[in-house]
Amino acid sequence: MSTHARPGRSGETAPKRGLLGQLGDFLDDRTGFRAVMHEALYERVPGGARWRYVWGSTLVFAFMTQLITGLFLWASYSASAQTAWESVYYIQHEMTGGWLLRGIHHFMAQAMVVLLALHLLQVVIDGAYRAPREVNFWLGLVLMMLVLGMALTGYLLPWDQKGYWATIVATNLAGIIPGIGPSIQQLVIGGNEYGHHTLTRFFALHAGFLPGALIAMLVVHLALFRKHGLHAKQPITKPDAMFWPDQVLKDAVAMLAVMAVVLGVILVPAIKAMLAGQAIDTGHLGAELGAPADPSLPYAAARPEWYFLFLFQFLKVFEGWGATGEFLGAIVVPGLIMGVMFLMPIIGRWNLGHRFNVAFTLGVLGGAGLLTALALNEDYYALWVDKASLAEAQKLYDETDGDEAKLAAALGNDPAKIAAMKKQFHTLEKVRHSQAFLDASKQAKVDAARAIELAGRPEKIPPAGMLELVRSDPKSQGPILFAQHCASCHAHVDPASDTPMDRQLASDTPMDRQLSAAALAKSSAANLFEFGKASWMRGLLDPKQVAGPAYFGNTAHKEGDMVNFVQNDLTDAETWKPDDIEAVIVAMAAEAGLADTAAAKATIEKGRALIADGDRCGSCHRFGDNKTELGSAPDLVGWGSREWLVGIITDPTHERFYGDSNDRMPSFGKADEGAAPMLTRQQIDLIADWLRGEWYRPAAAAH
Amino acid sequence: MSQHAHDRQTHAGEPEGRRHFLTKLLAVVCGGLAVVPPLVAGVWAFLSPLSRRGAGAKFLPITELSAIPDDGVPRQFAVIADRVDAWTGFAAEPVGAVYLRREKGSQQVEALSATCPHAGCFVEMEAGGKCFRCPCHNSEFTLDGGIVAPSPSPRPMDALECRVAKNGEVEVMFQKFRAGIAGKVAQQ
Repeated sequence: MSTHARPGRSGETAPKRGLLGQLGDFLDDRTGFRAVMHEALYERVPGGARWRYVWGSTLVFAFMTQLITGLFLWASYSASAQTAWESVYYIQHEMTGGWLLRGIHHFMAQAMVVLLALHLLQVVIDGAYRAPREVNFWLGLVLMMLVLGMALTGYLLPWDQKGYWATIVATNLAGIIPGIGPSIQQLVIGGNEYGHHTLTRFFALHAGFLPGALIAMLVVHLALFRKHGLHAKQPITKPDAMFWPDQVLKDAVAMLAVMAVVLGVILVPAIKAMLAGQAIDTGHLGAELGAPADPSLPYAAARPEWYFLFLFQFLKVFEGWGATGEFLGAIVVPGLIMGVMFLMPIIGRWNLGHRFNVAFTLGVLGGAGLLTALALNEDYYALWVDKASLAEAQKLYDETDGDEAKLAAALGNDPAKIAAMKKQFHTLEKVRHSQAFLDASKQAKVDAARAIELAGRPEKIPPAGMLELVRSDPKSQGPILFAQHCASCHAHVDPASDTPMDRQLASDTPMDRQLSAAALAKSSAANLFEFGKASWMRGLLDPKQVAGPAYFGNTAHKEGDMVNFVQNDLTDAETWKPDDIEAVIVAMAAEAGLADTAAAKATIEKGRALIADGDRCGSCHRFGDNKTELGSAPDLVGWGSREWLVGIITDPTHERFYGDSNDRMPSFGKADEGAAPMLTRQQIDLIADWLRGEWYRPAAAAH
Repeated sequence: MSQHAHDRQTHAGEPEGRRHFLTKLLAVVCGGLAVVPPLVAGVWAFLSPLSRRGAGAKFLPITELSAIPDDGVPRQFAVIADRVDAWTGFAAEPVGAVYLRREKGSQQVEALSATCPHAGCFVEMEAGGKCFRCPCHNSEFTLDGGIVAPSPSPRPMDALECRVAKNGEVEVMFQKFRAGIAGKVAQQ
């Protein structure tokens, strides 16, 4: 029997217990919670508390954090192809605290992978997998795979470009398993196409099946851990201690440190901005959100999350082996490695076996680390390579066009030189690959920023989803369409400064570069930068420029009537005073609806009269109500307006535009019977709007 | 010896020094601090709806005056307005319904919200057109929205501000009122 008197129960002589104590007694009598607490806290730690035992606890803590943040995220997430990105955008950018919630979930997931590796390493090095703890070790390995499964499925849920493309790769790899692969893939993605059911299934896996299984296994894992007791690292030099409070303190400090690191990753950019005196946009703190998933856009920046990068790189080892190589790299070798790990408790029965296990684990982790480093080096190589040393090789490469015979001739048939140069060419190749990745990453950032800007419009996101909005945005689609359909002839370059075309964002994306830099020199049709504005018209009416590459210089109209007029008639100061020409320029910009707001009405009227004049522009061009017959020169009624641009892109051979004297421009909106036109009306609208600079700008930026 | 008593004994036998107390306190504080950020972030985001504002009341064009027969019988009209649902913006969508009614020869229009003031169900016209009835709890209202006692509804149907523009367009100040209370209090 108990020698300890129960205060408050054994009569009036016992000292009075506080209210809390009484409540505790009441509950303990009915639940026995004290015994449970005691069982949980007073576990003997042989040799006393040690830092090396904290990893398991930090993992449980990380998982609890994911559970808490995940449940709250769940309260705002919507799993469908038309709402996933949108709801994550809303969490990240519109909900109070959403950025912090998502940031913790995102980075704690990454911390968890690191902690997993540390826990595994500690268990293997300490030989904690040995009898009688084999089953618990196996459970741990299953738990590890469940965690990695949650990481993989969670990556897709925002339905942004990077998650989407990474998941396509991952599910396609599952599809190469012989026999059952295609069925597995179809089951995982919920059909043949990635869409609503891919998301609902991934979400159910991520937030239901996998964590449910994990909790069940974790309970057994912990129960077995308590059953066998803590496996102490030998030799034991200090006296035993209790789990509570010594080991708990170490565990708690480690947990706090993990959380501090996660918060640090989220908040450091904010602190930096604060110190620099900049405004902090909380929406851009924490986890990234890319542009919405678009199956129609190439995405060269597709990479798995960093902890899967080693697998991604490992597959490259088998390059050239085809599907067999992928099967080996993605399924067989990882499967074998897991197999060896499962056998570790048995291998470890022998002393040498234990050493093998430790070496194997270190080898696998080290190999993964090396592969990760290799992958990063390949992607970011262009950042740290000395480009100056490659300039000569680049020049030679451009000259010889990669032709072996030409190269040999250029190097005087010196085998040593040729071999050295080939090595340099190889380096160049690596730089090109890396640069392509860096460019794509940069472009992805620009696209993401634009999508987020668009989502913040007062009209919000259309019911069909964000992708529709992005696809109808002239600012993002214009450059793509222009590059695909127009840039083979036309340039789009600021002739004054040769800066990237979009000065709004002042970005230097690959798309910009394609449209600028050397583009003007190579172009064979007019530079369309600021087409419709006074600056463009001023160049056209400049005798020095009209026959240059920015206007008619590389076209069939190089010696045409217009060039002749600008070079001979306009230079006659008697008939064309400088004020007159300026008035014409301003009036033309006004016709396009792009005139400077400061342009005086009187000047515009004067210009309009000059243009319509049958002895001046009006002798060839129709304008105002001058009734000049169409066909001899483009119609200037509504010149540069949206309607006019759409018209000329649709059919430049129409009598309103160049008619029979059209140079090489295709009729993009017209097609032979039965065939589809090269561009849809919507695409032509997008190009016209982009050329005119008409797209959504947030109110704050407009000020 | 019972398990219980055994526990207490071991407990009593442990050192309870000052260092031990500090260790316990530190352990609880560190562990507690570690779980604060996810909880704070979660609750912070969860409470985010409280800071959201409704669309606000404004006059919306409903119909033409001529579309409302001047026979004193209410007619149901859809309310079309732009609507924002979290991240989605809907343009010109049916967002609710109002009853409009006009007395013989009158140019004045009376507007009633179709939302029952009791629990928010959609109030319907009874088949004969003699009164309103809510299908949920049988609240009955007269054609001018008056309460027919005894009624589960704490107040008459909510009248809405209504005006007729010069071109004959009928505009209603469409807004929602809190259900279940005697007073007519606009929802924020």
